[in-house]
Amino acid sequence: MHELSITRNIVAIVAEAAKGRPVDRVTLEVGRLSGVMSTAIAFCFDVVAKGTALEAAQLQIKEIDGRARCHDCGDEFDTPDLYTSCPCGSHRFTRLRGEELKIKTMELREVA
Amino acid sequence: MCAVCGCSDGATATITDLRHDGHDHVHADGTRHSHDHDHGHGHDHHHDHDHGHGHGTGTLVALETKVLAKNDALAAQNRAWLAGREILALNLVSSPGAGKTSLLERTIRDLGGALDLLVIEGDQATSNDAQRIRAAGAPVVQVNTGTGCHLEAEMIARGLAVLKPAAGAVVLIENVGNLVCPALFDLGERAKVAILSVTEGEDKPLKYPHMFKAATIMLLNKIDLLPHLDFDVARAIANALQVNPDIIVFRVSARTGEGLDAWYGWLRREALRAPEDAFAAICSGPAGVTKQMEETVS
Ligand SMILES: [Zn+2]
Repeated sequence: MHELSITRNIVAIVAEAAKGRPVDRVTLEVGRLSGVMSTAIAFCFDVVAKGTALEAAQLQIKEIDGRARCHDCGDEFDTPDLYTSCPCGSHRFTRLRGEELKIKTMELREVA
Repeated sequence: MCAVCGCSDGATATITDLRHDGHDHVHADGTRHSHDHDHGHGHDHHHDHDHGHGHGTGTLVALETKVLAKNDALAAQNRAWLAGREILALNLVSSPGAGKTSLLERTIRDLGGALDLLVIEGDQATSNDAQRIRAAGAPVVQVNTGTGCHLEAEMIARGLAVLKPAAGAVVLIENVGNLVCPALFDLGERAKVAILSVTEGEDKPLKYPHMFKAATIMLLNKIDLLPHLDFDVARAIANALQVNPDIIVFRVSARTGEGLDAWYGWLRREALRAPEDAFAAICSGPAGVTKQMEETVS
């Protein structure tokens, strides 16, 4: 399961950017075709965040549906998995959305 | 290691130099991550339920950072390092038992005279496979990932530092037997080679689409067993093409040698193309930088 090492990456990147300040919230974008399970990240998060600036942080994950543009007919279509073809039958397309694995924002606690 | 998830990160990986006979040198970096507290984090995951504390009072910082940015940057460094030395690196991936090690042994025995072949052998534990590779005649470095289920770019950087491949060499990386996790981690290789054996299901490419999509070629191994099985070769190949219309498929048997000439031909052609990578690297700059710039623009 690679989500633990993914989660470690998330915590390390955010902690570095926070420069020691406590983080209250982290938002992620995880595409449904990214090969990473959001629930598994959430599951690992508490363990990995313990003892870091993210210890008290809420994790918010926005899942993104798959969408692609066909090379043959030019139409856009939904792709719930990695092998759904264009309604025109073509398997050649460019993925527009659904493979994201990104840290969008962090919310730093206001230190008085 | 996380007792809940049953996996660990790269910090616990150990590199073992198996190029020489006799005793092995184990280089552990000693930065083992441990969390000895109890894993009682149970079911109150911090997502999707607000607690209403301090919202709006904090400072919102946009990060817009790829989670795997660090691995990708290291992979880009590996790629540049390899390109500068005109070294071809391939990342061999499969389920456990598909025959990666046997295929490597045979390839080393058949091509070792013509190509300078070296191996980075990834395994969760033991160096049994690496011993087999060494017996076949190739210099090999073992990377034990502990409970980690895939190789990462940082492990390859450390492996290359120990292996010290010469200019023009071919480095074959045997990833951990797992079709899920290795798909996500770029190691800096030219191409991923997926190995599917006919003793597995024809639907493997559909079950593990990330891997077959990421692979440049698929070796359909153990075809000598076909007379004894119900395996539908055409359907397996059609499934792979459905996920990746550009995937190149070779039907091979590492045991009998059938079909291996096609794989060897591909390997030799790719090795000859290695200088192109060096040229491309000089012209376009570090791949990681280009990628990051694109990210920022979009
Ligand atoms: Zn179409």
